Amino acid sequence: MGKRTVVPFGPQHPVLPEPIHLDLVLEDEKVIEAIPQIGYVHRGLEKLVDKKDFKQFTYVSERICGICSFMHGAGYCMSVESIMGIEVPERAVFLRTIWAELSRIHSHLLWLGLTADAFGFESLFMHTWRLREQVLDLFEQTTGGRLIFSVCDIGGVRKDITPEMLDKIVSVVTNMDKELRDVTSVFLNDSTVKHRTVGIGLLSKEKALELGAVGPMAKASGIRRDMRTQGYCAYKYLEFEPITAEEGDSYARMQVRIGEIFQAIDLIKQCIEKLPEGDIITKIKGNPKGEHFTRVEQPRGEALYYVKANGTKFLDRFRVRTPTFANVPALLEILKDCDLADVPILILTIDPCISCTER
Amino acid sequence: MDEQKIKEISPDEILIETVDLHSAGYRLVAISCTGKDGVELSYSFDKDYDFIHLRVNMDYDTEIESITPIYGYAFLYENEIKELFGVKIKNIIADFHDKLYRISEEAPFKEKEEE
Amino acid sequence: MSILSMTKTLFKSIVHGPYTENYPAKPRENYERTRGSIENDIEDCIFCGMCTRQCPTGALEIDKEEKRWSIERMQCIQCGYCVNVCPKKCLHMRNQYTAPDTEKVKDDYVARISDH
Repeated sequence: MGKRTVVPFGPQHPVLPEPIHLDLVLEDEKVIEAIPQIGYVHRGLEKLVDKKDFKQFTYVSERICGICSFMHGAGYCMSVESIMGIEVPERAVFLRTIWAELSRIHSHLLWLGLTADAFGFESLFMHTWRLREQVLDLFEQTTGGRLIFSVCDIGGVRKDITPEMLDKIVSVVTNMDKELRDVTSVFLNDSTVKHRTVGIGLLSKEKALELGAVGPMAKASGIRRDMRTQGYCAYKYLEFEPITAEEGDSYARMQVRIGEIFQAIDLIKQCIEKLPEGDIITKIKGNPKGEHFTRVEQPRGEALYYVKANGTKFLDRFRVRTPTFANVPALLEILKDCDLADVPILILTIDPCISCTER
Repeated sequence: MDEQKIKEISPDEILIETVDLHSAGYRLVAISCTGKDGVELSYSFDKDYDFIHLRVNMDYDTEIESITPIYGYAFLYENEIKELFGVKIKNIIADFHDKLYRISEEAPFKEKEEE
Repeated sequence: MSILSMTKTLFKSIVHGPYTENYPAKPRENYERTRGSIENDIEDCIFCGMCTRQCPTGALEIDKEEKRWSIERMQCIQCGYCVNVCPKKCLHMRNQYTAPDTEKVKDDYVARISDH
């Protein structure tokens, strides 16, 4: 029976993209349990519904997080459109799907770079982020911003994509497919990467169901659940299958996310082929009244948006339940019985986005 | 999701309803709270894309039981609601006692009577 | 087991040279749609106040008697909402944004009061 020590895994750590605090209880280099403490990025954004009316609130909901910014704006707009009963034009629906899938590629490439940095493989981190720059340049050409687009509005989208830009998107994405095969083969085949990820952080299927894990955490344990099959946005016209893996360790989660990048490239090409002509926005009149729950598949998992309106121009309540909030109990479970040196990799394997979690 | 199945229950029936849903295989998606004109809690459950909600309407002084004995991971949602709204939830396993966010003002989302 | 899987990427990057640009020696060229600062053609403005009411951050101020329209540059989030709602279409968005500074900048646009 060794002596127990408590080591704080502080809010500032080179491996963490955003601050979170964990108190690790150690016994001779093995972690017994972890106690979380969040709240470093809490800005109280949900209280702004009292001050900004429901049209100005689109800009607030986009700024909850920088990585998942487009999907937060789209989820809010979809909830308000369901309450008011507005029909969004078909072209706007397809354009939203193209931007959402490009967001998924950029978010997974960011995660791959941070994971490579976590086990010290810096040149691989730089090459992954170099590929991500091409996606950010595409965003700037089509919407005007690199991370925060301000392009989604209630009733449709605000900017159109010209046919030359569509050809450019297809050529950039096809080119990136070839370069990505080289870089991701390093992630999947290199023996140093395998040594740090195979067998680490096992989450069995029963435990994943019991703890309520969402997103790639659940998909890597064999649970086939993807909100995109429900057919919101343009997904009802596209053909795809959710990607799963069986083992439930960190290597399986990496395989699922890399598979999702290639699937997103395929979905973008399908969308561009089927893109119809038409308007991009419908005018809205009046104020919303009622409530609605919407579920959207973000890169990190399933997110829930709840909007409640009472007929005036200010909303009653807006609530986001982000996927990282649902994955924190799974994190506390996989941290038990691991070595102290594996703690940074395990925290990154749930893809933490703390500014989304705390709003 | 065009129709949403919302079921109204009273604060005392919450434990019985959650035990029924747990044995039927539903998972807890989220617990939401609105604080205008009294407290309105919404418990959202899902199984194979079948999405249902339980709604509890009460005021700030009523106490409600925690569902952490059944769904262990609900402690995060209930601690957040207790800290931000000031709703009285009792018997939470892993109660943080208002130290989850450590904000300086007590229950900022609660409607204050004097403006 | 493979330990030399990175050689192809490394070889390509040695041959290619640096992928980054030599900023700030070489200035960056923004794209046509890049969001930047807001400008007003003050002669066409009728001072109706629509842009001031709809701005999400409250960066715009308007004074009808003095014919003055002013914008707090550091509060503007370049969302473009004012450009959309202006009835006379006198507001435009440039593709160059305000340079960062150590003090807050407030720009005033005043129309010449003509004596008819």
